[in-house]
Amino acid sequence: MALTQLSVFVENKTGNLAEIVKIIADAGINLRALSLAETSEFGILRLITSDSDKAEKVLKERVIVKKTDVIAAKLDDQTGGLYTVLNILDKAAIGIEYIYAFTAPHQGAYTVLRVDNCAAAEMLLNQNGIETLKDSDISAVLD
Amino acid sequence: MANYYQKEIETASREEIIAIQNEKLVKQVKHVYDNVAYYRNLMDEKGVKPEDIKSIDDIHKLPFLTKNDLRDAYPYGLLGTDLDNCVRIQSTSGTTGRRVVAFYTQADIDLWEECCARAIVAVGGDKSDVCQVCYGYGLFTGGPGLNGGSHKVGCLTLPMSSGNTERQIQFMMDLNATIICCTPSYAAYIGETLAEKGYKPEDNKLKAGIFGAEPWTEEMRRSIEKSLGIKAYDIYGLTEISGPGVSFECEEQTGMHINEDHFLAEIINPDTGEVLPDGTVGELVFTCLDKEAFPLLRYRTRDLCVLNRKKCSCGRTHVKMSKPLGRSDDMLIIRGVNVFPSQIETVLLNEGYDPNYQIEVDRKNNTDTLDVYVELSNEMFSDKVADIQAKEAALAAAMRTMLGIGPKMHLVAPKTITRSEGKAVRVIDRRKLHD
Repeated sequence: MALTQLSVFVENKTGNLAEIVKIIADAGINLRALSLAETSEFGILRLITSDSDKAEKVLKERVIVKKTDVIAAKLDDQTGGLYTVLNILDKAAIGIEYIYAFTAPHQGAYTVLRVDNCAAAEMLLNQNGIETLKDSDISAVLD
Repeated sequence: MANYYQKEIETASREEIIAIQNEKLVKQVKHVYDNVAYYRNLMDEKGVKPEDIKSIDDIHKLPFLTKNDLRDAYPYGLLGTDLDNCVRIQSTSGTTGRRVVAFYTQADIDLWEECCARAIVAVGGDKSDVCQVCYGYGLFTGGPGLNGGSHKVGCLTLPMSSGNTERQIQFMMDLNATIICCTPSYAAYIGETLAEKGYKPEDNKLKAGIFGAEPWTEEMRRSIEKSLGIKAYDIYGLTEISGPGVSFECEEQTGMHINEDHFLAEIINPDTGEVLPDGTVGELVFTCLDKEAFPLLRYRTRDLCVLNRKKCSCGRTHVKMSKPLGRSDDMLIIRGVNVFPSQIETVLLNEGYDPNYQIEVDRKNNTDTLDVYVELSNEMFSDKVADIQAKEAALAAAMRTMLGIGPKMHLVAPKTITRSEGKAVRVIDRRKLHD
């Protein structure tokens, strides 16, 4: 069970990012993690929210938004924690499109991974003892 | 001290010119009526017979031809002679559909090349000159026209064609080119490149440049003259009528003398078709007085300009036309290439985009820029940067194939391009051509 990420198209204009974040805030949705990929022309904002269905609904009225399956893998909060996860994927020749990370108070650190075959990668990680988050975990784990 | 290629006709009195035009027009209308069914039908529809055209004063009775007629009659419908008598085809650079192809007999080629020769002599050219032609050679009329004119004058001709600036500069410097023919934007680019290489304007042997095939400003003229150390002259023409050399600038640099012994010019109101007096801005219309293979009568150029019959200090008596001040339709000329917004729309639709777009044309460092803003749709969006950039690149490639030049594409968020009521403002042309 993958985690749902929202990807939002952001034009490279002052105030655009603030506007998008405000839409989410006004709907009473919390941001759990985010990452912004930027080019000289535009950006792609990637969000993990407390309620992806609701967030998608409110964003859709104003901007281009797309749901994407990602893996949120729990890291051992110690040296080499991220390497352990990446090494498992590397050995299985699973390429990573992009990656970012977040920490939750008292819960440890997570890395968000975008891979092409999300289900297979997640299963592989679980078999190797790596915990992954699903949508229903998001509120419980992070609040 | 003015020189002429064909002094007698170039400096003929108004009466003599009109007499020549009257004779040629009467003959040409009969020739076209007898040989071009497409135009005969237009004349019949209007109830005009060749006998009704007794002099140039009757020309207003004849029907107009437009670019649409050329497309409808593609490829042979406006041919005025047997294909056996034709020796050449040239074609237009950009189209909204089918290409316009023009046919030439050897006499048509000679006539056209003579017009170009007049232009070269008018800028001070003679057989001692080395004439570097860096207009494109091929279907485009720029290269072949000036090449032929240069031969007729007896210049040592450098048939460089366009591009490969390094080689252009090497030949220009090593072989002492004295006259250069190209688009004004390319001349500006050559000037910049020379400066970058550490050459001063006086290091080259150039004395004059003949520049056309795209709009350019007086400011650009001065800048090219400074960077190359030359006098820069304008030349005008269109494939439909023959090619470059329909009109050309003399030493006075105040408008282009139309070769009136071959091309009869009128200015009309583009909305009503009514003929306007000299000195009024309107659409330029040409009648080919003695072309054989592609004898267009009253062809609407879509170029808006002014005719001026004031006596010219160069001694030439042929009417002068201003630089085109604009287009009577929405065609854009960008770096010498004709671009229609409708072509851009077609590509967007083909590539799966919504037809919400804006075209911005500007001139930066003397080169035309074309930017196209298009709204990204939900379907086209991806969470991966590489996917979006690949789509952007595919779109740019499709644009380049369709237009012949590559616009810079910008993907923008939906509903960010201003919607207008009624006719959409698709094009913002920031080039200041009238300053």
